[in-house]
Amino acid sequence: MAERLLEVNDLNVRFATEDGIVRAVDGISFELERGKVIGIVGESGSGKSVTAMTLMGLTRGVNARFEGEVLYKGTDLLQISDADMQKFRGNELGMIFQDPMTSLNPVYRIGEQIVEAIRAHEHVDKRTARARTVELLRQVGIPNPESRVDNFPHEFSGGMRQRAMIAMALSCNPSILIADEPTTALDVTIQAQIVDLINRLKDDFDSAVIFITHDLGVIAEIADEIIVMYAGRVVERGSKRDIFYDPQMPYTWGLLGSIPRLDRPRVERLHTIEGAPPSLINAPEGCKFRPRCPHAFEKCREEPRLDNRVGTPGHLDRCWLDVEFKRATRDKTISGGSVEAA
Amino acid sequence: MVTFLIRRTFGMIIVLLVVSFVTYLIFFKIPGGDVAGRIAGKQATPGNIADIRQKLGLNHNLIVQWWDMMKQLLSGQLISYYDGTNVVQQIKEGMPATFSLCIGAGIIWLGFGILVGTISAVTAGGFSDRSITALALIGISLPVAWLGLLFRYFLAGEGGGVSWFPDGGYVPLTANPWQWFYHLLLPWFTLAILFIGFYGRVLRSNILDTINEDFVRTAKAKGLSGRQIMVRHTLRASLIPIVTLFGLDFAAVLGGGAIITETVYSIQGVGYYAAQSIHTQDLPPLMGVTLYGAAFIVVFSTLVDVAYAYLDPRIRLT
Repeated sequence: MAERLLEVNDLNVRFATEDGIVRAVDGISFELERGKVIGIVGESGSGKSVTAMTLMGLTRGVNARFEGEVLYKGTDLLQISDADMQKFRGNELGMIFQDPMTSLNPVYRIGEQIVEAIRAHEHVDKRTARARTVELLRQVGIPNPESRVDNFPHEFSGGMRQRAMIAMALSCNPSILIADEPTTALDVTIQAQIVDLINRLKDDFDSAVIFITHDLGVIAEIADEIIVMYAGRVVERGSKRDIFYDPQMPYTWGLLGSIPRLDRPRVERLHTIEGAPPSLINAPEGCKFRPRCPHAFEKCREEPRLDNRVGTPGHLDRCWLDVEFKRATRDKTISGGSVEAA
Repeated sequence: MVTFLIRRTFGMIIVLLVVSFVTYLIFFKIPGGDVAGRIAGKQATPGNIADIRQKLGLNHNLIVQWWDMMKQLLSGQLISYYDGTNVVQQIKEGMPATFSLCIGAGIIWLGFGILVGTISAVTAGGFSDRSITALALIGISLPVAWLGLLFRYFLAGEGGGVSWFPDGGYVPLTANPWQWFYHLLLPWFTLAILFIGFYGRVLRSNILDTINEDFVRTAKAKGLSGRQIMVRHTLRASLIPIVTLFGLDFAAVLGGGAIITETVYSIQGVGYYAAQSIHTQDLPPLMGVTLYGAAFIVVFSTLVDVAYAYLDPRIRLT
């Protein structure tokens, strides 16, 4: 069995705001082994980015409260001081962000910024760090890295900046790479390249990946396990196979239905999930998805636990609906409501 | 870069010509009557006045008069109406004192402004921040003349206070460096306090904006320390607007804008000279000082643009 790098147990993140307590993350648990890719999927405000940032210790602040455990190789990252956390950031856990346009500092050269990351953790001279930076840029597919290393971020395209961000995140050879919507701000063709790149580098660098996205289609390629989050909670969790071929939450169906697919009958319009995610201050009682769920019934007022209801080991969901009923109805949502038998 | 400098130089010359012409027009429109009549005195005969008008070249039309004055100024021949001294010579004599005052004050206000702005932003909402905010507002609101008098009264033995500092005056640096420094301490702070308060406030809000930038989060995710993030990323970006402010403010005081401070402390610099000339309604020195000040402003605003391009590589000079 591969080495277990990360174990998140019942992580809760709350922020005190003027309007009340925001329960941004409400009890997420997962494990991550070396070489694996875990995908976290959900809408804006589902808590996926807060989860990622919390792993990096980037949500720490006077208003934040944490519960649960984030065990990295046995160390609870929630318990250590910010000064100790600094040794993990970048070094053990690397992170790539959504918008490569703003994530790089516009006034420093690409190379300087990567060298800075290397020298934050390793006592190497500038020349060595720079040589490594050139090599990293080559690995992430920047053409002509010897001269590109001295470019400023605005001289790079969006895709190249994201590649540079990946190079920076991997510069200290972290065991875990956290990618927070790394493809959202990019063109579709570039998205695929970035996903492939992350997948390939994961093996080259022998690390594990936490890939956060709102687009299930993006992680179909690379995720081993998928966690679907809604309103700060995990609503479904399972292997890629479970989520794509036997999804149990109507919310997951909605996500699947909103991906354009060529292997499905052509529909007039892609599926949309009506309504907006609930407030994280006053969440609805019972199942959080109930107000938007077309299949909600009386029992949904009761809180469903995250449980194995299907039989496939490791496939968990929070839905009271009957499994056979769901298997019979879900295709309508996933392949488009108005489709005629094609 | 070369095109930029050529274009800007051209622009600067036009700006200075316009400034000088407007100054000229304003002078002849302000009350105070006929220059020749004033110089001739109360007992003058019409013949005297006509002589003076002839001598000063006031019989030509306005454009020709203005152009003559420009020629005299540029060749260093411009003479005061009032006491016959050479204007360019007077400005040159005032420059060492003005430069001593302004460079020292500039260093103080920039240094302290950055310091209090940073402390204020780092402790935003806390006790230090609130205290600094209160002090900054007081500093901004204090009239310089009053502050100068207060310093003199309480610190320079003028009134009931201690006499730790000399009461005004200026000692050239070349004559006695220590006395130069000692005499300038109070004027430096008098001039700097307003700017410290203002720069501190501006920098504080810049830093608080920059802290939320994505690249600051990236810097943190790299594993940099809080200090490295503050100095190398947050402060670096927040200081760019301060450069503009400093360039223009510094140019203004160097160009004779420290009139009040120089007057309060009897520092006979360019601002003091300007104040005297306003008092005597003496056009040639006013013209000289105005153009001298305007030249600093236009040159420094070009320097600010060049500095900008250096500080922010996205900016291209065209």
